[in-house]
Amino acid sequence: MLHGYGASLLAGAMLTLSVALGSLLIASLLGVAGASAKLSRNRFLRVAAQAYTTVIRGVPDLIMMFLIYYGGQIALNKLADRYGWDGLVIDPFVAGTLTIGFIFGAYMTEIFRGAFLAVPSGQHEAALAYGMSRRQAFRRVVGPQMLRHALAPLSNTWLVMVKSTAIVSLIGLSDLMQRASSAGTTTQQPFLFYCAAGAMYLVFTSVSELLFAWLGRRYAAGVRQVRP
Amino acid sequence: MQRRHLATFALLLAAATTAFAQSPDWKTIRIAVEGAYPPFSEVGPDGKIKGFDIDIANALCADLKAQCTFVQQEFDGMIPGLNARKFDAIIASMSITEERKRSVAFSDKYYATPARLIAKKGTGLVPTPDGMKGKRIGVQRSTTHDRFATETFKDSEIVRYTGQDQVFLDLQSGRLDAVLLDQVAANLGFLQRPAGKDFGVIGPVYTDPKYFGIGAGVAMRKGDTQLQARINQAIKDIRTDGTYQKIAKQYFDFDVYNGR
Amino acid sequence: MDFDAIRDSLPSYLHGAGITLLLTLAALAIGLLCALPLAVLRGWPSRWVAGPVWAFTYVIRGTPLLVQLFLIYYGLAQFDVVKQSVLWPWLSSAWFCAIAAFAINTCAYTIEILHGAMRAVPAGEIEAARAMGMPRGVMLRRVILAAAFRRMLPAYGNEAILMLQATSLASTVTLMDITGAARNMNSTYYLPFEAFLTAAALYLVLTTALVGLFHAAERRWLMPWQARTR
Repeated sequence: MLHGYGASLLAGAMLTLSVALGSLLIASLLGVAGASAKLSRNRFLRVAAQAYTTVIRGVPDLIMMFLIYYGGQIALNKLADRYGWDGLVIDPFVAGTLTIGFIFGAYMTEIFRGAFLAVPSGQHEAALAYGMSRRQAFRRVVGPQMLRHALAPLSNTWLVMVKSTAIVSLIGLSDLMQRASSAGTTTQQPFLFYCAAGAMYLVFTSVSELLFAWLGRRYAAGVRQVRP
Repeated sequence: MQRRHLATFALLLAAATTAFAQSPDWKTIRIAVEGAYPPFSEVGPDGKIKGFDIDIANALCADLKAQCTFVQQEFDGMIPGLNARKFDAIIASMSITEERKRSVAFSDKYYATPARLIAKKGTGLVPTPDGMKGKRIGVQRSTTHDRFATETFKDSEIVRYTGQDQVFLDLQSGRLDAVLLDQVAANLGFLQRPAGKDFGVIGPVYTDPKYFGIGAGVAMRKGDTQLQARINQAIKDIRTDGTYQKIAKQYFDFDVYNGR
Repeated sequence: MDFDAIRDSLPSYLHGAGITLLLTLAALAIGLLCALPLAVLRGWPSRWVAGPVWAFTYVIRGTPLLVQLFLIYYGLAQFDVVKQSVLWPWLSSAWFCAIAAFAINTCAYTIEILHGAMRAVPAGEIEAARAMGMPRGVMLRRVILAAAFRRMLPAYGNEAILMLQATSLASTVTLMDITGAARNMNSTYYLPFEAFLTAAALYLVLTTALVGLFHAAERRWLMPWQARTR
């Protein structure tokens, strides 16, 4: 039905998933760092984090990706030359994952910042009053409540991220999109293969939505929710 | 965030980007290939890249006794990628031109074929700059055909695509009036396939070395003179011991080395 | 940094900026216009009416814009029946295909934004309108949509900015927007840093202008709801 390209498309889909998961990891770490910077008392950190989110919002994913793929490589080369290393290469997978992770780190920054601000400060104060250290207070009291508030925007961001991975096909990474393009143009049947790719992305997003709905119900345990 | 965690993260990131560059004795070579330019390179249903360029690359590496890995890359990003050290050589039907020699070094040629214009049969297009006034000519971005068309057919609309296969799609659907490309890629990649049966070549054979160079060669960075010498020797070797001819015969029934 | 190359390429970048703006505005305008009636249908009590609209937004929001763009541009052109139809003069143009793909995409997201904003209108206002005997159409216009438009401004502003970034995909179907100009400069001069940094700078300028526009709109229309913490 897919002219023998079915297995290739599935392999591409797995690669798409890996890029999305890798990006999620990087974006989460950057988001935590960014949110702490934005909430910190240090003015320089706040300005730096603000610049980060502004630039990311203002530059298309595609341009960022080309910049990191080519420009990042050139920067790495200069570093390698300076220190006499053998040289590190940014391959398309790393470039794609770094790009998307970097971009969505900015969105995560806003999400974590909003989630942090949504937890009543009384929770933190009470935890400290009980003698917990600041780390313990965060880990046991504030953190889990933050996660509940972050879950809805996080699921949105995850969905957008999965779809954004399609652009890594444009730097040659053999993900689902690239394989569909290649198969479509070789067999001169682009419609069939782009429909197939679209269907696979739809499966990804649908499963993700179900997963996040389940997670949302789990994390909302014990919270009184008024039905509209 | 703890400094310890930051350090671990940085180390992980560095480790993740490992694919250390080549040692100067060239035991491993990373070669950029395109995968969208039949019969020279295309991707089969199994996801593997195959074609004349690939076979020649494998033959050269066998002669050099080197381990070669292929990196799939879009054509217009190949020279920037080479200079950014993403790979060490480009084997993608890249013509040896004076313009390109300013940025990269080339081996001796490994084949030479001219350029042609192709269009739908029976449209009566006159393939001169005046005759093509206002017409849409499709080319692959960053190729010698791109430059030639831009500077020769000044009154035509030059439409640039990332991949040659996309150009064929738009020629087929009627979005383009003509396409300028390599004669062999035209014939074997399109005209002789079912998709191209209503199309044919028009106009003369284009061979001006100022635009099209002297043939296709292996592109390398300017400083890698040792690699250049070795690849040149390897090209000579596979031509003398018959490997080249054996590969060429699988694809072409004419002499592709002196096709011009 | 090779500034000479940038200076030589500047005309193509500025021309590209014009194309980027045109694509963005056209897509947003068409998308918003179509989203209005569809958002009303999306909130219809009958499942047969709301269902198809929901399915539309579900599929469009669940697949990448790049897939939608390629489907319309390359996919449709594959069929003879399309090439011989009366739509072909439109569908053969890259402009039309790009604007269509972008408009359809933003329409789906705008439907959801508008629908959410409409649902957020306080139940009390709707009950009051009914109690006063307002016909459904008038209530829709004067109570629900009036409030929904203001409420959706922040989210729609976001969507507009995302659409501006999304137009960079037009370069993949032969259009010479800012990204197209950058890719051309990269493949001519082999200077990826300069090429894409210039593009990034131009996009930043356009985004800042758009953000400013929406901030002004928010100040004008969202005054009653602004937090008064400062």
